[in-house]
Amino acid sequence: MNSETIPVQLQPKEYKSAIKPVWCPGCGDFGVLGSLTKALAGLQIQPQNVAIISGIGCSSRMPTYLSTYGFHGVHGRALSVATGLKTARPDLTVIATGGDGDGFSIGGNHFLHTCRRNPDMTYIVMDNQVYGMTKGQASPTTEPNWERGKLTPSGTGINPFQPLVIALASGANFIARCSSSDSNGTARVLMEAIRHPGFSMVQILSPCVTFRPEQRDWKHMLVPSPKEPTSDPAEAARRLLKDHGLYTGVLYVGERPVYQPKLESSIGGVEAFEEEFRL
Amino acid sequence: MNVTSKNPVRTIGSAEELLAYSMAIETEAVERYNDLADQMEMHHNYEVADLFRKLAKIEGLHIENVSQASAGKQLPAMLAWQYEWEGGESPEGGSMDEAHYLMQPWHAIELAMHGEKRAVGFFRHVAETATDEKVLKMALELVSEEEEHVKLLQKWQERFPRPVDGWDQDLDPPTVLE
Repeated sequence: MNSETIPVQLQPKEYKSAIKPVWCPGCGDFGVLGSLTKALAGLQIQPQNVAIISGIGCSSRMPTYLSTYGFHGVHGRALSVATGLKTARPDLTVIATGGDGDGFSIGGNHFLHTCRRNPDMTYIVMDNQVYGMTKGQASPTTEPNWERGKLTPSGTGINPFQPLVIALASGANFIARCSSSDSNGTARVLMEAIRHPGFSMVQILSPCVTFRPEQRDWKHMLVPSPKEPTSDPAEAARRLLKDHGLYTGVLYVGERPVYQPKLESSIGGVEAFEEEFRL
Repeated sequence: MNVTSKNPVRTIGSAEELLAYSMAIETEAVERYNDLADQMEMHHNYEVADLFRKLAKIEGLHIENVSQASAGKQLPAMLAWQYEWEGGESPEGGSMDEAHYLMQPWHAIELAMHGEKRAVGFFRHVAETATDEKVLKMALELVSEEEEHVKLLQKWQERFPRPVDGWDQDLDPPTVLE
């Protein structure tokens, strides 16, 4: 038997809310929801000590389906809100969730600078290489020759965004790739990501069965990385640039200092704050 | 080797461990069927939703059976990824990516049967690799139970016609506006 035994009091289902997902049956995001609840149960964090922050898109509905605190916010701004929350409430476990369009296009700039800043939180990007909620347009991670998008019938013709390479170059402290069809493996990686100090970036390849049905094949294409995670950014960059986006697991584990400014208030409480803004 | 749940199934060493595995199989099955029922309800496929709900109830009865067999025993506490399943997921709780909002009862039973057959394979493997008499006896009983479930599902499936090609074509596809 596996020797690591943790007294389990909170079960994964206790992290789910009573609201049922509206995602299309077959959507990979169901698997991610399951993995996230398993990871939180693995950590035995009380739901009231977790905040899930999201932007806009199918996958950004995640906070609705969890019994934790949540904020389903502004398109592309999940990381800004999450950084503010973590700075003000470092005691909370803060997790940002969203999709490839929300995170890398509308929120691309925030993504870069959150990696640079390295706050102690986890960012889960459910990457399906398409804008699903708006009915199937090419996203930043779409292949250049994908011709089924109505706005790009001849493909985009431009290089896809490489989120993990960019995350590494910008300073993310933990980088992993997972598959939504590997619910238990993904749960384990998420638990490691949440535990690791600093900004953890987890890309989860999560098929859009409605607009990219061919992505169902991902589960046959993705393979566990044959190498142990590295803490050498140069080695990590070499690996990420050569793995064709198909290796899963923890790929980089860094040791950068975490961003956490001192919480000394510059104002004298709520009354003083109100006074400052009084018209 | 990096983090992966694609480990080979190894030998189960005690009756308690086998009961823990059985409990995990049945618990994940109940959750999966309820999740699928919720999905179908959300997409107004009530016939298949009812069927998944029934399957969840049946698996719930199996949980009661395992609970009774576990009375007085201390089962090992394991996290989801500490169970070593072939392919990483428990036999009856695997990926839900075969679900479709237009799926028919035949598909639902096919999906359930796939899980039951995987469970037969799992318990058969446990029996074949058992080094403990109690584990062997219990595993053989579980093989027999799961085989019975497969037969029942096969009979159940005969009541529904096999869907013809194009069953998933929707001439008026839904648009979920939010």
